[in-house]
Amino acid sequence: MSMQSQDIIKRSATNELTPAAQVRDKKVQVAKLIDVTTCIGCKACQVACSEWNDLRDEVGENFGVYDNPRDLTPDTWTLMRFDEYENTESGKLEWLIRKDGCMHCDEPGCLTACPQPGAIVQYANGIVDFISEECIGCGYCIAGCPFDVPRISQKDNKAYKCTLCSDRVAVGQEPACVKTCPTGAIRFGSKEDMLHYGEERVEELKGRGFAGAGIYDPAGVGGTHVVYVLQHADKPELYHKLPTDPRISNAIYGWKGWLKPVAALAFFATLAGALFHYVGVGPQTLDDEDTDKEG
Amino acid sequence: MNKRNSLLRTPYSVRISHWLVVLCFFLVAMSGLSWFFPSLNWLNNLLGGPQLARILHPFLGVVIFAFLVFMFLRLAKYNILEAEDRKWFGNLGKVLKGEHVEELETGKYNAGQKLLFWAIMGLISVLLISGIVIWRPYFAPFFSIPLIRIGLFVHALAGVLMMLLIIGHIYLAFWVKGSIDSMSTGYVSRKWARTHHPRWYRQITANRSEKEH
Repeated sequence: MSMQSQDIIKRSATNELTPAAQVRDKKVQVAKLIDVTTCIGCKACQVACSEWNDLRDEVGENFGVYDNPRDLTPDTWTLMRFDEYENTESGKLEWLIRKDGCMHCDEPGCLTACPQPGAIVQYANGIVDFISEECIGCGYCIAGCPFDVPRISQKDNKAYKCTLCSDRVAVGQEPACVKTCPTGAIRFGSKEDMLHYGEERVEELKGRGFAGAGIYDPAGVGGTHVVYVLQHADKPELYHKLPTDPRISNAIYGWKGWLKPVAALAFFATLAGALFHYVGVGPQTLDDEDTDKEG
Repeated sequence: MNKRNSLLRTPYSVRISHWLVVLCFFLVAMSGLSWFFPSLNWLNNLLGGPQLARILHPFLGVVIFAFLVFMFLRLAKYNILEAEDRKWFGNLGKVLKGEHVEELETGKYNAGQKLLFWAIMGLISVLLISGIVIWRPYFAPFFSIPLIRIGLFVHALAGVLMMLLIIGHIYLAFWVKGSIDSMSTGYVSRKWARTHHPRWYRQITANRSEKEH
């Protein structure tokens, strides 16, 4: 069984009349800040993540860039993405390195899409967590995520992603990637503190000529609990196609939103229609007085 | 029922296909509802719990599709809409009140049954295609995430429409007494045939007397 949690503010596929335990609501909203501008691409965070979470992905192959493995996998919850960008304004080649992984959205698309009660939860501190024992392997979280993060394991047909080390955070420690980062590019604390620190970094970057510097905390998903400091925040797609304005798809909102009440109404109307019709009109029987002599 | 004086309405192969579809559809629909309405999540226990239901649901869906293809091949020719079917829709109010309108001259299947036939065949095709797009772990990895999102929505919508139609189908079979016999034993009385499907009755009795002479 998973650890006892009494601070769940969102729970997948759960009727609002029967919410999860959420009495512990005086929790500080946390955030991990990834300062892309001070990252040196050493991948220590990837290693620390494997170490802490007991994950051992297959050793990949070199396919011409530094990314290894090629993509997030069920065993690689965070991945350094390396992009070469020719800045036409400055005439310089820039090596943009982004630590990819779950953004821990405040309005999580995965949790919205998940059809299995309690398979995805959001804690009061903002962390979005997959409760693997409830996961049914349908992959709807993959469709719900605007960042293409969850991956399903072929071993057990369950979805995995970064937990923001919810187990460490629960006992007052920072996530493993934060603990190990040698340049201080990854920081962890209250979201308020992280945004404050991020703004200081942005000011400094602007002073150094990065006019487009800014914090990536996209409002389309209610803000995220993993925020980036980007030197080109006006062009986030430069960083391995980080979406400019991530949102939960209307198809997901439609299916999880208006289709449910409409369908419920249609079911009740159909059943009620049948009942009213049968009681009102009566069964369609063959006339009794004219008994069928032939058959 | 005395089979000699009854008319065979549905042959054995179609009947058995129908009831196997009923069995599979019941399990598929209940597991589908378990993921559509969170409060009905317990319905997935009919298929052995959440994980197993998720694994079995698509396979049973394919079984339904296969049997419906067979039924389509056997029944499509009786379900082609004709100009006369307009009259049936024009008299829908009377039909629903149980009044028999002689000039309707209903054939083997009335216009409503034909419409149901095509709706079921259309929806099962939509469910199969959208179902393949979202089927993990086998097929979904071949499709783009935006397409899978549409697949999820379309699959849910088509599933709901199918269930609504089937509720109507079950009710109408229950309402018109004798209909369930036509799918269980396969036979209906001559009177039933004359009352509900007069043109079919004339055709089938004419054929039979031709054979006898």
